[in-house]
This record gives sequence, C-alpha cells and structure tokens, in this order.
Amino acid sequence: MAIKNQKIPAVETAGAAYTPVPGDFEPLRDRDIQTDANFASQGYWKGVAVHFFRNKRAVVGLVIVTIIIILAIFGPVLNSYGYKDIVSVSVDGKQIVARGISPQIAGLFRNEASNPLFADRTFLFGTDDLGRDLWTRTWQGARISLIIAFVTIIIDMIIGLSFGLISGYFGGTVDGVMQRFVEIANSVPRLVIVSVLAIFMPKGMGLVIVALLLTEWIGMSKIARAEMLKLKEQEYVLASRTLGARPMHIIFKEILPNTIGPIITQVMFSIPTAIFTEAFLSFVGVGIVLPQCSIGSLIEDGFNNITTLPYQILPPIIVLALLMLGFNFIGDGFREALAPKLEDM
Amino acid sequence: MKKYVLKRVGMSLLTLLIIVFVLFVLVRIMPGNPFPSERMSAEQIANKRAELGLDKPVLVQFWDYMTKLLQGNFGKGTSLYNGAPIKTVLKTAVSNSFRIGGLAILIGTAVGLLLGITAALNRGKFLDGFCTVFSIIGVCVPSYVFLIFLQYYFSYKIPVFPYFFDINRFAFSSILPSVSLSLFTMSTVARFTRNEMVEVMDSDYVRLAESKGIYGSRLVRRHVLRNALIPIVTVLAPLIVDLLTGALVVEKIYGINGIGKLMVDAIAGEGVDYNYVLALGILYSALYIGIMLVVDLLYGVLDPRIRVSARGD
Amino acid sequence: MEMLNEKAILEIRDLDITFRTNAGSIHAIRGVNLDLQKGETVAIVGESGSGKSVTMKAATGLLDSNGVVNRGQVLYRCREADGSEEVVDLLQMSKKELRRRINGRHIAMVFQDPMTSLDPTMQIGPQIMEGMLLRTKLSKAEARARAVELLELVGITDAEKRMKSYPHQLSGGMRQRVVIAIALSGDPDILICDEPTTALDVTIQAKILELIKDIQSRMGLSVIYITHDLGVVAKVADYVNVMYAGRIVEVGNVNEIFYEPQHPYTWGLLSAMPDLDTEDDRLYSIPGSPPNLLHEPPGDAFAPRNAFALKIDEKADPPLFKISDTHYAATWLLHPDAPKIELPPELKARLERARKEAERYL
Repeated sequence: MAIKNQKIPAVETAGAAYTPVPGDFEPLRDRDIQTDANFASQGYWKGVAVHFFRNKRAVVGLVIVTIIIILAIFGPVLNSYGYKDIVSVSVDGKQIVARGISPQIAGLFRNEASNPLFADRTFLFGTDDLGRDLWTRTWQGARISLIIAFVTIIIDMIIGLSFGLISGYFGGTVDGVMQRFVEIANSVPRLVIVSVLAIFMPKGMGLVIVALLLTEWIGMSKIARAEMLKLKEQEYVLASRTLGARPMHIIFKEILPNTIGPIITQVMFSIPTAIFTEAFLSFVGVGIVLPQCSIGSLIEDGFNNITTLPYQILPPIIVLALLMLGFNFIGDGFREALAPKLEDM
Repeated sequence: MKKYVLKRVGMSLLTLLIIVFVLFVLVRIMPGNPFPSERMSAEQIANKRAELGLDKPVLVQFWDYMTKLLQGNFGKGTSLYNGAPIKTVLKTAVSNSFRIGGLAILIGTAVGLLLGITAALNRGKFLDGFCTVFSIIGVCVPSYVFLIFLQYYFSYKIPVFPYFFDINRFAFSSILPSVSLSLFTMSTVARFTRNEMVEVMDSDYVRLAESKGIYGSRLVRRHVLRNALIPIVTVLAPLIVDLLTGALVVEKIYGINGIGKLMVDAIAGEGVDYNYVLALGILYSALYIGIMLVVDLLYGVLDPRIRVSARGD
Repeated sequence: MEMLNEKAILEIRDLDITFRTNAGSIHAIRGVNLDLQKGETVAIVGESGSGKSVTMKAATGLLDSNGVVNRGQVLYRCREADGSEEVVDLLQMSKKELRRRINGRHIAMVFQDPMTSLDPTMQIGPQIMEGMLLRTKLSKAEARARAVELLELVGITDAEKRMKSYPHQLSGGMRQRVVIAIALSGDPDILICDEPTTALDVTIQAKILELIKDIQSRMGLSVIYITHDLGVVAKVADYVNVMYAGRIVEVGNVNEIFYEPQHPYTWGLLSAMPDLDTEDDRLYSIPGSPPNLLHEPPGDAFAPRNAFALKIDEKADPPLFKISDTHYAATWLLHPDAPKIELPPELKARLERARKEAERYL
C-alpha cells in the first residue's frame, strides 16, 4: 500500500498506453448481447456442486468418509481372519491362541515381547485378549455402526419429511395438533426413551435403531415444516393449486424436491449423532451384544483391557473421530454450498 | 409478558404431566411382570400384586403414585439396592452428578466463551485457527474417550489423580471427570460464540456504530458481545441438561455413583428395575423441561425484541 | 498535502481495491476518482456490484476485512472546531485514528436498510447519545437534550418518549430518521447516504429525501448519495458519477448526465428509467449482467453488453474523454476517429421531452 504524497491528475490516462490502429473503430457486429454470459446456463445443483468441491474442508470430509466406507466394506475380507475367529496355532496337539499381540507386520516389525509363534503373521491393529484380529473387528464394527446410522437416518428422513411437510401444508388445526405432538415428543430426553425401550426390547442392534428412530425424525420434521411454510406461498404452488392439483401431489411432487437441500444437510449432521449414540449405548451395555461388534463395543473392550493392551482402544476411537469429523465437514460444506455467502463467492 | 410467562409455565407443566403419565403406563402395563414368576405360585403373585396395588385400575394407580411422588416418595426399587427407598439413593446420585456436572458446565462455558471471543477478535489469525481445530476435536471425540486417556495417563501411568472416584476426596477426584465432561461444552460454546460474534461484527448496526466513531473494547462490549451472547443461552440449555443428568459413560468409567450410573444399573444389568426407570425418567424429563423453560424465559428477559412488545409506548 | 481545488472537501484519487475471497482475487475498484465540494451533493450511480458502496466504505475505513487497498488517495480537508485546517489522506490513517478523528465527527453515514442498521438490543436514545458522550464533554443530561433535539429535527414526533424505544418498535421510515439523527449527532461536514431510501416505501422515500435536503441546506453539509435509482439522483444531486465494474465511466453535472449523456451505459440506465410518457409499453433493461471481476475482462468491461461496441473496446480500456470542464466519459465513441453514433430514437425523444419539461419549470 505505497501511497506517495503527491497529486494524481484528475483525468486518468488509463487507455493512453494504447495507440489505436486502423480498423479499431469499426463497430463489433454479429454478436448476441442478449445472452447473459456471466450467469448463463448453470443449473442449481451444478452451482451447489461447484461450491461444495471448492471448499477444502468439505472435500477432506468426503475423502475421509469414502475411505472409511470402502474399508468397512472390504476391510474384513482383506485378511483371512473372521471377526469372530480366534487366531490360534496347533503346537504338539495343543491350541495356542494369539492373545494380546500388539500391532505387527510379518517380516517388517513386531514387538519382541509378543508370542514368537505368530511372528510370521500380520496383525495391523494387533489382536485382542481373546486372540481375535483387531483389523477385521475394527472394520466389522465400523460396518455395523455405519449400517445402523444410515438405516435409521434414512427412515427418519422419510418420517420427518412426511410429518413436517403434511403439518406445514395443511396448517390450522392439523398443524396445531401435530406440532403439540412434536413439542411433547421433543421434551422426552433420549435416555428416557432408551430406558423405557430396555423394558420392552432385548438389548442389541434393534434397541439402538428404535431409539434413534424415535428421536432423530423430530429435527427433520421441523426443517421440512419450515421449508413448507416458506414454499407454499410461492406462485408456482399457488398456480398448481388453482389448476386443481391434489394436496399430496403438491406436497410430494412440487415442494419436496425443493426441500432436498436443507434436508440433506440435516442428514449429514444426523449421521454422526447416530454413530455417537450407538457408540455410547453399546459402551453402556444396552447396544450391540457379543460376539457382534460395533465401534462402541470395541471402545468398551479396549477400555476394559486398557492397562494390559493399551493399543487396543486406539483403532475404534480413531475411526469414530474420523467419521464424526468427516460427516461434520460434509454437512458444513453442504450448508455453505446451499447458501453461499458473498465472502466465499 | 406476564401472560406469556404464565402460558409458558402452564404448557411446561402439562407436557411434563403427559410424559409422566405415558411413562407410568408404559412401565406398569408391561407385557411381563416385575417378579421372577418361576419361583412364585400364581397365588403368591396375585398377593404381591395386590400388595403393590397393581390390581387396581391404571388411573387409580397413577393417582396413588402421583400423591406419593408429590410428597417426595418415589417408592422402592424392584431389584436394585435391596429395596432401599429410591429417594435416598437418588439423593446421593443427584448430589454427585450435579456437583461434577456443574463444575464441568462452569469450566466449559468460561473457557469456551474466552476462546470463542479471542478467536472472533483475531479472525483469520493463528488463534482463530487454533480455536477451530480445538472445537472440531472437542465435538468429534466423545468426552468418555478423553476421560479414558486422562485416567490412563494421570491415574495409571503417573498416579496423580485417583483411578476411581472417591467420595471422601470429592474435589480432587472430580477434576478428571469434570475436565473431560467440560470439553464438549467448551468446544460447542467456543465455536458458537466465535461464529455468532463474527456475524454480529459484519452486521449493519456494528458498521453504523463504527461510522459514528465507536471502536475497540467499547464497540465489542456495547454492541458485539451484547448481541452475540444472547443466543448462546439456547445452545447452553441442552448441554446443561446433559451434564447435570450425568454422563452415563463417564460415571461408569470413573465409578461415580451418579444419576447416569444409576440409569446404567437400572437398564443394563440382568433385569430392568422398573421403578428406577420410572423415577429416573421423571427426573430427567422434569429437569429437561424445567431448564428449557428457564432458558425460554431468560431469553425473553435478555432480548428486548421479546421483552418489549412491538406496539411500544 | 494540498488539494486541487480550493473549495474541495473530499477528493478520491486513483483508488484501487482488491478483495481476497476463497475463489480468488476480485478487482472490485479499478482506479476511481471523485470530487466533492463544500455544500454540494454528488451522486454515485451504478448497478449493484459496481463498487459504489465499496468506494465510500474504503474512504471511511469501513472496508470489509478481506479488502485490500492497492493504491490511491482519499484526501479530506479536515476543519477542526478551533478553525485550524489540514488536508489528510484518510487511507493513511489507522482504523483507530479514523474512528477517533473522522468517523462521526467529520464524515457520517446513513445505511441502506434501516431495519438492520440499528442495534436491536439498545434503546435509540443511548444509540444517539453514544457518539456524543464519547467525543464531547457534554454531560449526560446535555447529550440527552441534544438527542431529543435531533430527533425533533429529523421529524420524529414525541421525541422525548421515543428515546426509550427499541428499534423494533419503530417503523422503517422512523428508523431511517433515527439513523439520520445518529449521523447528525457529531456535526459532520460530509454525509454519505448509501441507498438511503431503497428499503423504504415509495411515499416515505420522498419524505426522507426531502429531510436530507432540508438538513443539508440548514447545516451546510456536503452529501454523497450512493444509489442505483436515477430518479433519486435527478431529485437531489448536483454532480453525477456513473460507475460500472469498479470504474467511473461518466461524470458530469446533473444536466449533462440527464440531457447529454455520452456513455452507452448511461444511455442504458436512462432508458431503463420508468417514464409515464413513454409510449413504448416495454420497460427497457440493459442486456446481460455486470462482469465477474474475478476474471477481469480485457478492454472495456461494458463492451459485452454494449450494442454500440467497437473493435477497439475488446483491446483497450478507454480513457476519460473530456466533453466540457465538468463532463467526462470513458468510451471510445468519443475518440475523434470513432464513427458518429446516433442515440437510440426512443431515448432521444425521451431526453427531448425531459429537457422541455425542465425548461417549463425554470
């Protein structure tokens, strides 16, 4: 910002550097100036995608989540151990189990204190106190956690969307009754729902899913209702109503597509909540039951063995943190891409 | 305003009553029954049911329960603590959870605010980046994971703090659980404060204040903080409920006899203790609804747009 | 430092600003010059995004944090209460110094949207008094009396009562009056009005413009209007600067701009003005949209939307050609070698009509 204390003449000489050549002063013809070249032909979703992929964090989040999903799908079959299998060798007719072997790669590095009988094997994340391969169990756990999260959140999305859209569209008494219901449902802490469910249901994946189903739809219904209230006054909806379209047609064909953006953002934030909740319920002992495993039950196993096998707790914690991080980044990126601020233009 | 308060309080009480009723019905009218039936004859069960009043109509049972409840009598557990009065057990648990949770809220809010404000005032600089990274970690890693690490390093490897909670050394042994619990609140508050402040600092009214010559700490105090901090109340509310009602996992890990651990004992053991589920369900719901109510009213007091009606005069 | 003109109070010279965004640098202001003389009203006209607000924000130290001033001067003749006079470059002052010496006391602003420009958590009385208490030795009671006086000056009835009102209790027009009262609270020399009436109802627009005009003559203010509305310009301005894509493309007094416009962009703006007498029932609008300054176009930025563009427009940005002592325009059409362009007939008829009408009132 070098500014000299000298006068700059009022008449600028911006073009003076250019000396016109013959032909310069002919009019430009055969141009189409009616077409807007700046804002031409960029679809809404294309714009959103461009904004999303320009956002470094969102891309990082997407990469993290993609890698974890790929590992959750293929990780367990990358080696020969099943997630329930106890690794052992037979020595003189006796089964020796690969208990508590810290992470090792055959031929590359291993802890000298580990059982030498298994020196030729690779356990990237080590084995647990029962001799199960933690690599396989970690990705199996991630798989279960992700399945729970996706299944519940997609069902919640359907419930929440339908509820919110219908409530918002009809308004009046219908809306009043439905909103009182939401208000009451929203005043019940999640833990209370879990505890009551524990009376009726056996512990396990089912309980976690039902608990999430009962709570996570509320946020989505609120968003869907707000969008509906905003959209239903718009001309295109009024037009379609005047033309005699049925309410369900208007709700699901005309308005639903326009609420997708905010809903996807909400989904991206709900998935980590679901993973978090699953982890904590499993840790507490009302979630996933043995020998099945999830991120939460793996963390609990790791915690139980922390003084003897401290490495065991790390993989599930890191996977959990990365999943949370990834989905939050994607959610943030999506939200910003849907409503870009001038600053991020 | 007065009318609004009354209406809001009434709605909260009604909601709570509905929830308590639904909880009661769900817990009492269960498919099974609360006694191990193999060891009892049909007659014994009938006697027991009559003794507990389970043979009466639901509404009568509910009325009986509510009358006792309003006198502070939660009844007895069906399997936990050999039938000690729930009230006594609950008292200790509430006191433990509230003290540890309260400390966590205090630490979390204070440090979170400080961090958020510093970050917003140094937008785009190192401190801002640090705050962002810190709050991301705090939100992405569950508090019990922090506790596991703190416990492993500072109670096991280097035994500075007790490995488990010790009621006789309350203050000293609350440090680890309180600190780990506070991290989530801290990150949430820091992130929210920072974003809210940045938004306010870009607002037209701060521009106007600057254009009349206000700057520096006066600008921050009088115009930025005042506007940015009001919405923080709403973010704090659910966090406070979560912390006061005891973080289940943290209490389990650190062996704290709090509400959270009580809940775990009630549902995660061999059987489920119905009466504890009911009592804790009521406690949780009442706390949740109560705090939400307080926040709503507090918001009304803090924000003149709600406090003073639009018609003016 | 001295200024070119004895009577000048503000001179912007070769102001050049870039915004750093996630997507890259946006060259928003590209060498802007502007003159304001004491007691005069100058308007800056342009589409949204042309840089008119940014120019004035930069001049008063209110630029967004991602804006960088590349070069230029904003010279201001600073007259202190004791009669001393000094010409200062506002761009050289620190933010703190600007706030202490300039903002409020010498240069005050009125913002576009009165709905968002008052602090919602503060009563309007304290908002008016705040600046006074900070700058002057007035006691609280004196500041209060002055604030009530100001509210009465800007035409708020029941001023005493209104001091305790919160912004949300007032209508849009009332709020804008309060904003004007705040702007006047420091006895400024220059009032910058950034689209002061855009957010208001048409009936209130006229009243607010009247009010500003009235106050200007009473207090001897110099006023800069930032607007996209040529209707407003015609009502209030002495001089007009037409801005396009971060450059002033035409400048002249109000008669020159309205009756003898030279730049095709000004033609477009004038044609786009609604006019009761126009027989054509289609409202004209300039084709296309302003360029994205993320990718600065070579040559004249207006060329892609200009029906009269020449080949040279794609090669070089035109300099400002002098038409009269007060009238300049940056278009190659004014070059001696350029072909003679006839104004579009509708516009010609319109200008003719406007001139006759003006003469009738004189």
